[in-house]
Amino acid sequence: MGSVKSIPSPAISADERSHEVDHPSSQVMHFGTEQPLRLDCGVDLSPFQIAYQTYGELNADRSNAVLICHALTGDQHVANVHPVTGKPGWWETLVGAGRPIDPKHYFIICSNVIGGCMGSTGPASINPATGKVWGLDFPVITIPDMVRAQAMLIDRLGIDTLFAVVGGSMGGMQVLQWTAAYPARVFSALAIACATRHSAQNIAFHELGRQAVMADPDWHGGGYADRDIHPHRGLAVARMAAHITYLSDAALHRKFGRRMQDRELPTFSFDADFQVESYLRYQGSSFVERFDANSYLYLTRAMDYFDIAADHGGVLAKAFAGIKTRFCVVSFTSDWLFPTSESRALVHALNASSARVSFAEIETDRGHDAFLLDVPEFFDISRAFLQSAGKARGLTLEDR
Amino acid sequence: MSVQEVLPLNGVATGPSGQFRADHLLVAEMVKPGSKVLDVGCGEGDLLQLLETRGIDGRGIELSREGVNRCVAKGLAVVQGDADTDLVNYPDDAFDYVILSQTLQATRQPKVVLENLLRIGRRAIVSFPNFGFWRMRLQLLIGGHMPRTENLPATWYDTANIHFCTIKDFVQLCDEINVKMERSVALDLYGRPVPLNLPWWVWNMFGEQAVFLLSRGGGK
Repeated sequence: MGSVKSIPSPAISADERSHEVDHPSSQVMHFGTEQPLRLDCGVDLSPFQIAYQTYGELNADRSNAVLICHALTGDQHVANVHPVTGKPGWWETLVGAGRPIDPKHYFIICSNVIGGCMGSTGPASINPATGKVWGLDFPVITIPDMVRAQAMLIDRLGIDTLFAVVGGSMGGMQVLQWTAAYPARVFSALAIACATRHSAQNIAFHELGRQAVMADPDWHGGGYADRDIHPHRGLAVARMAAHITYLSDAALHRKFGRRMQDRELPTFSFDADFQVESYLRYQGSSFVERFDANSYLYLTRAMDYFDIAADHGGVLAKAFAGIKTRFCVVSFTSDWLFPTSESRALVHALNASSARVSFAEIETDRGHDAFLLDVPEFFDISRAFLQSAGKARGLTLEDR
Repeated sequence: MSVQEVLPLNGVATGPSGQFRADHLLVAEMVKPGSKVLDVGCGEGDLLQLLETRGIDGRGIELSREGVNRCVAKGLAVVQGDADTDLVNYPDDAFDYVILSQTLQATRQPKVVLENLLRIGRRAIVSFPNFGFWRMRLQLLIGGHMPRTENLPATWYDTANIHFCTIKDFVQLCDEINVKMERSVALDLYGRPVPLNLPWWVWNMFGEQAVFLLSRGGGK
């Protein structure tokens, strides 16, 4: 039997990770003890900070601000080279020069969510009360908490009404929470591949991921930072499992089939004989270089708790009663994590509220991940929706 | 029988830019500027675009994914949905007008759909191909086969149109469910209105399609 390789340790040092957590390579807004963040769990988080990036310029009317909300493992580096991985921004297909969300027209803001690990206060940050890393002492946060923090950032930036709030997956949940919590502050909302609540199946997948992290002996009950180690094996397994849910059977088959990795015949071992295994291991090991394990626990938990209808007496339409926001809802045919039926339920509730809504389901075999990939039909729809909303908002979107 | 009225529709067959369908122009004439409209079965959004040029707040529902995506890519507020199943989600009086353009004959339950139109909208505008049109009758009578026309080219076995009716049938349905016909226009083969002073049977014979402006009837 050949040698068994498990997932390699990340090349990155613990020092490098903590640097982005407390001193991110982006703009940072600090909120002192006089401005605590009131969390759903009843705790006032204070002081705290929000790391964010901006692109483009705010116009004189302050009417062209677009807030991009990132997904579970995203961050504020939506359209610039990532400071840790050196890779392009995670949504450069949608955001950037010549893209549907062009900094030439819009003032684009993207902030790391509360609970994240790229500079906004989260479990990997230093707890000012103890001088140590928060770890599991960090309070459990929710999607509404993330949005409340973003609203405080938007206030500080002197913006009353956002022209658009845009996001996919967990980012889409934040978009919907924005419209439910601050309807008058959102002129248009682009909610992609998301849902108004996390399904039982999705909670189950998240639990699997969390258990993988917690089963890693290096996790140490969440206190690994004090020991200068990181439960990278558990986190990588969590990422591998999650990554499968972001794709589809058809996409995996098209991309990998049963092809072998750099070999003709099976090795009769547990080495990564198949390309799909090799790919998943790579996804797992590259993820742990840039992500904190406890942060993964907190953010998956926030998604699990998300249920807009439950916050409105169980009736989803009540969350959007009388709303003036223009909505565009997009789903993808092969997305089984946030299937079209979830978007349709949202659209029905918006119709019942007489909201102005566009809803398109896009045919693709690329699964949930399609929202991050090059899908021209999705870009055409996003561009047209924002242009139409821009016209209604009185924005000049022609070339200046 | 309700009021028959021909609208001021000079040059209706070709629009101002020559791009709009005759029945669309006729429908657009019936909608007061500034109102809120739902177009059920909006296709690729041609009528919604026409309405938008008149300052009308238009929304749409369309069954086909391709149609919806083309509409949304034009910046129109259109959702994927089915007239038979999705109208129930809309509240009462949500719109000033609900339009059902050349779609009634493709619904499973035309009567229920019609009732929903007038629940959601204060008024409804319904257009449909008239199966009583003389060429239809002739094809069945002389040809002995199910009628097919330029506008309805599908064969009987692959048509989406499962509930054809004549103008006479439609008027009877309106009476049955207490719907008031505020305006009614029959268009001939060339998109011209059939003159108003002619009796109903002439409309039913020479109207290739019909457009009705409907409202809720009072208590009988």
